[in-house]
Amino acid sequence: MAYSDKVLDHYNHPRNVGSLDKADPNVGTGMVGAPECGDVMKLQVKVDATGVIAEAKFKTFGCGSAIASSSLATEWLKGKTVDEALAIKNTDIVNELSLPPVKIHCSVLAEDAIKAAISDYKRKQEERKPAEARA
Amino acid sequence: MKTPIYFDNHATTPTDPRVVEAMLPYFTVKFGNAASRNHSFGWEAEKAVDNARKQIADLIGATSKEIIFTSGATESDNLAIKGVAEMYAEKGNHIITAATEHKAVLDTCKKLEKHGYRVTYLPVKADGLVDLDMLRESITDKTILITLMYANNEIGVIHPVREIGKIAHEKGVLFHTDGVQAVGKVPVDVVKDNVDLMSMSAHKIYGPKGVGALYVRRKSPRVQITAQMDGGGHERGMRSGTLNVPGIVGMGEACAICQREMPEESRRLSHLRDKLRNRFETELDEVFINGSMEHRLPHNLNISFAYVEGESLLMGINDVAVSSGSACTSATLEPSYVLKALGVGDDLAHTSIRFGLGRFNTEEEVDYVGARVIEVVRKLRELSPLYEMAKEGVDLSKVQWAAE
Repeated sequence: MAYSDKVLDHYNHPRNVGSLDKADPNVGTGMVGAPECGDVMKLQVKVDATGVIAEAKFKTFGCGSAIASSSLATEWLKGKTVDEALAIKNTDIVNELSLPPVKIHCSVLAEDAIKAAISDYKRKQEERKPAEARA
Repeated sequence: MKTPIYFDNHATTPTDPRVVEAMLPYFTVKFGNAASRNHSFGWEAEKAVDNARKQIADLIGATSKEIIFTSGATESDNLAIKGVAEMYAEKGNHIITAATEHKAVLDTCKKLEKHGYRVTYLPVKADGLVDLDMLRESITDKTILITLMYANNEIGVIHPVREIGKIAHEKGVLFHTDGVQAVGKVPVDVVKDNVDLMSMSAHKIYGPKGVGALYVRRKSPRVQITAQMDGGGHERGMRSGTLNVPGIVGMGEACAICQREMPEESRRLSHLRDKLRNRFETELDEVFINGSMEHRLPHNLNISFAYVEGESLLMGINDVAVSSGSACTSATLEPSYVLKALGVGDDLAHTSIRFGLGRFNTEEEVDYVGARVIEVVRKLRELSPLYEMAKEGVDLSKVQWAAE
């Protein structure tokens, strides 16, 4: 199978590899996929006080296209608001990386990882609200 | 050292230049049809075919008349299994095979099931070997054939063929073995091994593609098979079709070379294989060998690099040709069914790599491949959330995965 240049570039030079502090209330963590399926993506975002994603990190167990999809996702997330992040569609990733049909599930997984990370962040913010109200 | 480096010799092998040399005259000058009985072109071709038949028979302890030429091992497997099933249909309708067989055997058996035959697919133990007691117990008075491969194409595990053949013969059942990966690599003797039919392929032993053979025993017992290809009655009626004379000459020469060089070559390859294995086990943590190391082809290494998905590893070592049991590299998008049969979890099957060393590989290449693989595994583990979790002490088997 031939990989597109962009997939190769992300595979060879993955952007934003790493982990953020899961316990930080401003960090949202999304972990999707399963080892048995051959794909696990962990995607994390750190949102600043203005609601903009200041940092995005990923770690991925999976094929080159899965690594590229999550690497690309972190690139796109930085500087976006939480709502803008939710607007990223898997088809955007497919187009950008020229993924073949057999690799579309990698892009779906990346979209799921974004949604999971944002929803984790929102949940943490909801939980914080009563505490702030009391203060 | 030239790249890319070929370490996928279970899939196919390059044709040995000595083999090509032997074949060449039979394309252009000695191009006769071996079935032409009335001129020198035909006699010349027939003589070359007879010589090749002898070379092949000598390698496996058979006689020339027991060698039937085919287009390759897939055809040989089909001819052996369907040929026996049809010929002995009145005696019974039960066939025994194993879960780790090649698709050419498994799918042939599945086809026969549609035509009323009953097939037992024996499980294998964690080391990849069949349980001989279970084999014995599976035989019924309706059993006509046991078909179990000599050595496995993914994990290189060698079955106890001699004992399997003995069990078959004690029960009056025929024994077919797919010898594709073993013939020419380890000593095979159809008489001592109690084999009745054996499939062989030229391109796995440094011969050309498109030619293979089926050994069919002529005495004690005399095995008969129903032809699956009808026509001119070539190959004593068992396989019609004009003989592929250049291919056959090449297969014969390939067998002769294997026979001469086997003792030294198998020592050399097992040394290289062990060197590769030791390096992985010394320099990396959490690597797992798939299948028995004791009963194994000298040139095979099948190993799982936990937490690193196989296709991504192949992508990182793009100047090295190996294959993976990962789903992403297979046409079916399922991880290796052979590893599954051994009880290897899907998570580890996705991380497996098969190294198949061969005649033209050098120690320098082994050192290079070892270093490249280790470098890429380390890089991908830095990228792997699973490796991170494992290092944090998380039991991955207890995690609730949010799979789609």
